Parts: sequence; C-alpha cells; structure tokens
Amino acid sequence: MRLLKDALASKVMLVLTFFPGLVVFLIIIGLYLRGRPILAEKPLFSLLFSSSWAPGRGDFGFFPFIMGTLWVTAVALIVAVPISLLASIYLSEYAPRAVQEFIRPMIDLLAGLPSVIYGVWGVLLIVPLVARIAPFFGGTSSGYSILAGGLVLAIMIFPTIIYVSLEVISSIPYELREASLSLGATKWETVKHVVLKKGLQGIIAAIVLGLSRALGETMAVLMVVGNIPKVPQSVFDGGYPLPALIANNYGEMMSVPLYDSALMLAAGVLLVIVLVFNVLARIILVRVERRAG
Amino acid sequence: MEQKPHIRIQDLSVFFGRQRALKNITIDIPDKKITVIIGPSGCGKTTLLKCLNRLVEPLDGVKVSGKIFVDEEDIYDPKVEVTHIRKKMGLLSQKPQVLPMSIYDNVAYGPRLHGQKNKKKLGQIVEHYLQMAKLWEEVKDRLSEPASRLSVGQQQRLCLARGLAVEPEIILGDEPTSALDPQSSQNVEKRLIELKNDYTVIVVTHILRQAKRIADYIAFLYMGELIEHGPAEGVFANPKDPRTRAYLTGEIS
Repeated sequence: MRLLKDALASKVMLVLTFFPGLVVFLIIIGLYLRGRPILAEKPLFSLLFSSSWAPGRGDFGFFPFIMGTLWVTAVALIVAVPISLLASIYLSEYAPRAVQEFIRPMIDLLAGLPSVIYGVWGVLLIVPLVARIAPFFGGTSSGYSILAGGLVLAIMIFPTIIYVSLEVISSIPYELREASLSLGATKWETVKHVVLKKGLQGIIAAIVLGLSRALGETMAVLMVVGNIPKVPQSVFDGGYPLPALIANNYGEMMSVPLYDSALMLAAGVLLVIVLVFNVLARIILVRVERRAG
Repeated sequence: MEQKPHIRIQDLSVFFGRQRALKNITIDIPDKKITVIIGPSGCGKTTLLKCLNRLVEPLDGVKVSGKIFVDEEDIYDPKVEVTHIRKKMGLLSQKPQVLPMSIYDNVAYGPRLHGQKNKKKLGQIVEHYLQMAKLWEEVKDRLSEPASRLSVGQQQRLCLARGLAVEPEIILGDEPTSALDPQSSQNVEKRLIELKNDYTVIVVTHILRQAKRIADYIAFLYMGELIEHGPAEGVFANPKDPRTRAYLTGEIS
C-alpha cells in the first residue's frame, strides 16, 4: 500500500511538472491558429516592417509597436542595470548590517507592488518631470513618452535585479574575497576583479529576469507611454509597445475584419521577442561558463 | 630569544559581539622561522592569524584591542594603510581560493595591482614564482587556462605562487594542507620549509604531526588564551602547562 502511494505520488508529480511546459505549448498553438487568417492575406514581412497602422483601412504594420517595445525596454535596462548592480554591491560588500536589514524588506515590498500603482505614480510624477526636462534636450514633450515608460519600468525591475544579484553575490565565499584582499587589493579592486567576475553568470541571469519582465510589462507602461502608433524618433516621443497595443484594443475591435487576428499575431510577435532574448541569454551564459571553467 | 622578533603581539583581545575570541595574547614571533600555532578547533587560531593581516577588522560588532607590531609598525593604527600591511603577507587558506581568472592572471594579479604594467616583467615574475612554488613544469603550457581547472593540490601551490608574487615578508598559512591529499600536503610542507630561509612563516594547524615536522617555534592556544609558547623541541619534549601536555598526548583535541 505504501509503495503504491509512493509510485502514485511520483507519477502525479511528473504530470504536474509537465503541465507548465504544456501550457506554453498550448499558448503558442492558440496564437498561431488565431493569427493564421491575417497571415493568409498579408505577407509576414510587410506585417512586421510596415509602419502603417490603420485597422479601419486594413493596414496592420507592427513595426512601430515592435520598436516601441524595444525602446522602452532598452531605456529601462540602461537606467536599471547600473543602479541595481551598484546597489547590490553596496548592500553585500559595504553596507553595515543595520542598513541591509532596513533596505532588504523595502526591496521586497517594491517587488510586490501591483503595477497599476507604478502607473499612477508615473502619471503623477514621471510624466510631468519628463515634460519639464524635455526642453533642455532641445525637444518638446507632453511627458507621455518612451522615457517615462522606460523610467517607470526601470523602477519596476530594480527589485528583481537587485534581489537576484544580491543572492548571487552573497553566495560567493568570503574566503575568496580574503584571498584578493590579502594580496593587497582594495575592497573596490576586489569587487571589480573578483566578485563581479565570479558572479557574472548569476548577474547576467538577474538582468535577463529583469529584461523579461520589462518586455512583458503592460499596465504601468501603457499608462505613461503615450500610446502613439508611430516609430519613436527620440526618447521624448510617445510610443506604443506591443503589450499596450493588445491590452488597449482587445475587446474593442468592433467588427473590423482581421483586427482580432492581427492582435493575436502581435501577441505571437511579443512571445517570439521574449524567446529570442532568452535564447540569447542562454548562449551568453554558456559562453561565460566555458570561459570560467 | 636571541633574534629580533618580526612580529610582536601585545595584549591582543578580539570580541565578536559579546563573545571573546582571543584573550590578552602577548607573543613575539621570530624572524625567518616557522611558527606553528596549534590548538583544538574553535580556540582562536584562525582569528589570531587573520588579525596579523587585518582581515579581522573592527566592524559590525567586532572589537579588537591591544597592539600588533610588524617591523615595529602598529598595524591597527588608523593611520596605517591596510593594503600596505596586507602586501607584506601572503595568505594560504584552508581551501585554496583561486581567483576566477587564468593561471597566469592569478599570479600576475598582485603585481598588477601594485603597479607593474610591463608585460615582459610580468611574464618573468609569473614564471619565477611558479618555479618557486614548484608548479611551473606542470602548467607552463596552459597558463591561459582558467585556474579552476587545476587539481586542488596544484591550486594550493598556485595560491602560494600568487602570494609570493607580491613580495611579502611573511607567509601566513591557515591549515594550508587540510583540503589536500597526503602527497600534495607533503609538497606544500616542503615548500614552507624552503621558504623560511627568506620569509617568516606562520602556520595554523590542528595536525600535531605536521607541527612536529615543520615547526621551529610553537604557540599553543586554548579557548582563546595563549597557554604556552616557545621553541618547538622544548614545548614538545617538555610542556610546562598541564593543558599543553593534555593536548599533546591527545587527551583534549
């Protein structure tokens, strides 16, 4: 009887483990089936690289949305990565224990806030701020822009990157730092040459986690990014990332032909972008691993 | 002691929080000899060793009182630069800690930090110290490989070469053979004995036979106190304190 239970438990767990993988697969199939009608009418290339978006006239060009997604994500990473890395280095290497104990729960809290709160905060603070500083860079902006979206996103992915890289850095044995220090290296030299190098793999993984979150984040970005279906020319322009496109329009497509199919395809494109970045990250990780031995 | 001591420790106490790890240690460590610190685990041997190059820093609840003079310079004096102190000492830890870089870069790491930029000179330094650690023959054809691919015994000799390359005066060993197989251990012991011609060597160990093989001078620590110290033959043949005797005969360990 006990053996039977044991065998059963392992089978059940096996099935449950495969479940998430199965879901990914189902999503891909679903998106493909629903996106097929538009692919049947228009070549994929023109869908991906045309900038004209006028569903009423039957024009579905995803290029502005793809660029919107990439721009917002790039801004978010450029802002978030250096700050989060320095923060986690400070917390693990320099901060007195009291500071660590004070900051850590705050980071956890930041990670748990619903994204709509970030969105509201972005509208109240970041958007006006961007509108205010745009003239200094020789432009004008309503504030609802790529920059605002990127900044809000950056703040949202801080906790992820800080948390994971902090874990990675603190798992490096103290004796390794001592080895470097005992050769007369300063603390900063030790961090730069030894700690960061040793933790590089984990830090890349942390950045990829942040990146994935940034690519997919919908609500907070949608609220501050402007939602203008044009390819942005500068960070002060409005943009329209893919998640925002889908969330804004799905359910309000009326009976425009192919609109529904187009949005499904947009979701598919987003999925592919996320996949591509994940695979790239995997490749980089393998490289790093090989070099580190 | 007829010779001038290299290191003088005066009334050193260390607290971790409320716990006292070292109690009023006073000892002179002779120049160009192997001093072995023995004692049961948790007696403060490693703490004492780490105080010598200030890896024990008064921070986060750690308190250090007393004085340590290296070449008559008080190393815990706030005016003294800590990197200057550490550069004087090479450290061998329990488990060899190779830096996450190539074999070559591991040895060149210290000299580079201290300003050696000349490629040719660096190459000479790397070869010289790898020779000295008797590792050169085994690695000369694969200097650019990650150091982590070496065996543990080779890694420990690499750590020795790396430590020597910053031209220290003192070699500190924290149970440097505890992770090694007997052959590699013997290899490291031999290197240490050769090194005492030019360096002051201080080794922490809990292996009594190792202490007997290499020690010129012995310090016995017990529960954070320095119980007995003196020339090795004397302490081994004729321990004065009953606790030392108990430790040497294996009654406490």
